[in-house]
Amino acid sequence: MTQDEAFLQFLLRMGDNTLILGHRVSEWCGHAPVLEEDIALANTALDLIGQTQMWLGLAGEVDGGQSADDLAFLRDAWDFRNVLMVEVPNEDFGRTMMRQFLFDAWHSIMLGRLIKSSDERVAAIAAKASKEVAYHLERSSDTVVGLGDGTAESHDRMQAALDYLWPYVGEMFASDEIDAEMAKAGIAPNPADLRAEFDALVQRVLADATLTIPESEFAHKGGRNGKMHTEHLGHLLTQMQWLQRAYPGASW
Amino acid sequence: MKNEWPLWEIFIRGQHGMSHRHVGSLHAPDAEMAIKNARDVYTRRNEGVSIWVVEANNISASSPSDKGPLYEPSESKVYRHPTFFDIPDEVGAM
Repeated sequence: MTQDEAFLQFLLRMGDNTLILGHRVSEWCGHAPVLEEDIALANTALDLIGQTQMWLGLAGEVDGGQSADDLAFLRDAWDFRNVLMVEVPNEDFGRTMMRQFLFDAWHSIMLGRLIKSSDERVAAIAAKASKEVAYHLERSSDTVVGLGDGTAESHDRMQAALDYLWPYVGEMFASDEIDAEMAKAGIAPNPADLRAEFDALVQRVLADATLTIPESEFAHKGGRNGKMHTEHLGHLLTQMQWLQRAYPGASW
Repeated sequence: MKNEWPLWEIFIRGQHGMSHRHVGSLHAPDAEMAIKNARDVYTRRNEGVSIWVVEANNISASSPSDKGPLYEPSESKVYRHPTFFDIPDEVGAM
């Protein structure tokens, strides 16, 4: 694998994570439990879609002149390189916020490293995104603590969400030859190297939330290398891509 | 009603040097979340550089039925406006 090929895969991984999670979070628009959370979730979704435009925009340039829209709307499930956690259904508000927190924790640490990337374009995207993500993390960790350390019902729902999502955490720190190539070039860190910082952050917040981290270290995988997505991604894409599929080339 | 979050009044300062202005209200479980919610509800179009939140319960307001004794006496006292003085040019903008 050449460095350019690895770079493209790295950009797709970053952009597909934010695209798919952004779409999932946007599903709450008009449905959140209270108006304030509805707007906050929509803001988060929009931030993530904005970051997607930058990551996939750069991926399209590297890949010979495709646009971010081409990559978002014209690829099928097996072409996506997002981690599995971002494609699982929202379920209840608790699971949505727990997933957001676990992703935000990884995302903020990842972007913190990417700000120092040897590739200026990557560093510039990371610098812009990291301010948005710092706020996402602040908000999602507060909500996880508020609900985890809340009523008996909210606590149980947050623990159930953590139990469900924990097996999806490991994939964010999996490393393969693409990551090794990026680390060698100084473009991106090796994801495995982020784990200690992630664990410290997550353990602190989840302890405040009176939640128990499952002991199992089992990790689902197959999203970031495209080998096997969950059944949920295809359903999500039918929603997200239907307009371009029904009316190819349609634009505003 | 017991499960409702308290109501907070939101004040935003638009620019440095301006004062905070009341922009509206929202619900939140505590002051910290009220600031976060205000950030999301009222500053998403770059409206502010500072946010104050006050729980609505803590605001004491004048009563509309008192408006006669409170405000009418000042209506006829134009001399309270400082418009009868010649201000020397050297003073500059006031």
